[in-house]
Amino acid sequence: MSNDYKRITYDGLWSNNVVFSQMLALCPLLAVTGTATNGLGMGLASLVVMVLSGLVISMLRGIITQEVRIPVFVLIIATIVTLVDMSMNAWLHDLYKVLGLFVPLIVTNCAILGRAESFAFKNPVRPSIVDGLMMGLGFTFALVLLGAVREIIGSGTLFANASLLLGDTFSFLELTLIPDYKGFLLMILPPGGFLVLGFLLAAKRVIDQRIPQAKPVSIDAKNDLPDGESAPA
Amino acid sequence: MTKQANEPAYKKRSAYHGALLGGFATLAATLLMMGNISTKDIIKQRVAEDLQASLSQVIPDDLHDNNLLDNQITIQHNNQPVIAYQGIKNKKITAVAYSVSSQGYAGEIVLIMGVNASGEIIAVRVLSHMETPGLGDKIEAEKDNWIFSFDGLSFNKLAEDKWKVKKDGGEFEQFSGATITPRAAIKAIKEGLDMFNQQRQKLLSLKKTEPIKTVKSTSNGDAHE
Repeated sequence: MSNDYKRITYDGLWSNNVVFSQMLALCPLLAVTGTATNGLGMGLASLVVMVLSGLVISMLRGIITQEVRIPVFVLIIATIVTLVDMSMNAWLHDLYKVLGLFVPLIVTNCAILGRAESFAFKNPVRPSIVDGLMMGLGFTFALVLLGAVREIIGSGTLFANASLLLGDTFSFLELTLIPDYKGFLLMILPPGGFLVLGFLLAAKRVIDQRIPQAKPVSIDAKNDLPDGESAPA
Repeated sequence: MTKQANEPAYKKRSAYHGALLGGFATLAATLLMMGNISTKDIIKQRVAEDLQASLSQVIPDDLHDNNLLDNQITIQHNNQPVIAYQGIKNKKITAVAYSVSSQGYAGEIVLIMGVNASGEIIAVRVLSHMETPGLGDKIEAEKDNWIFSFDGLSFNKLAEDKWKVKKDGGEFEQFSGATITPRAAIKAIKEGLDMFNQQRQKLLSLKKTEPIKTVKSTSNGDAHE
């Protein structure tokens, strides 16, 4: 059992990472990763929705049938996102002012539907929650990494305005790496996102090749989940 | 995965699928309705607090002793209704605040500006915009000092043709990589100040207790033409 969770964790964070392996959720990814802070915010908001949708869908998997599963998943995910949006606006209003823009975007995140389809629908509640958590963390990691690279090259800072998102205790994260930097506009605009993503994907391939023991694990994982990986578009 | 094999027969009927889908739709609608009802008032209150907070940034507390949200007037400017909030101290209007907007690089930029009774800008703040993060968002007070360069200005202090970015021969800095955003913001602020000068009398008159209709018709007569 603990081996299972280890595999789910490794899958979510690295070998089956939402962005770097499944190549899903690219639309919100490219839209918000102009800065590392925005990436972090979007990642955390998606993580919450992934865990909740994993929980609900794995709980209801006994009554949902194969034929109507996709509309039901869409309904469940859209409901969760809207409820999260409304409750954040009401009770976490300061956070909402920073993240509010991203929350409705989560509905467009096909990775959540993908995990519902390929994992939560076929597994019990607890592994589904862990899977949602790990996939969410992996997604957050990808968003922050991409945001950090684009922010450093694009504006010479790192985690700018992190205190708006996380509170003043985290203002130490805000770094100006290149003082008096003129900025590199391309990196902040969507084409820069594609460029950086391409380089990061290449880097992941190189790392995977360099670590020989990592390979069998990822092949194993892929064999265990034969149909789900490529199903959602 | 083996689930499919030992599924009971009723699950294969289309009536079950229909009921399932209908049930989930009803459930989702109910949940959303409940969510909406329980958060609606709180959200409204938060939005009012936000407005209050941005108003207090453009009309400082020492300029008024009233609740700005209570002294709200609507005037007609270029056939558009404009909502203005009046700051009142010792029964005299000391300042007004209203929002102005213009088309930016990626969408509408909405600003709120406070102007004192002698027609000088007290402060300007951005309420909402969709400009590029890291470039155009320097119009926000949290991210850059740029928006403070309007503080204290009026058409007497800065000639009307100088209300441009430096690139266009004006007084205000542009951002490297983003000229459209500051240009749009300056345009909105200039138009706002213009409106103040044209509508000064209406903006600086206390709301009478008489019905709004008469106020409108009399003030239309004297200030406009």
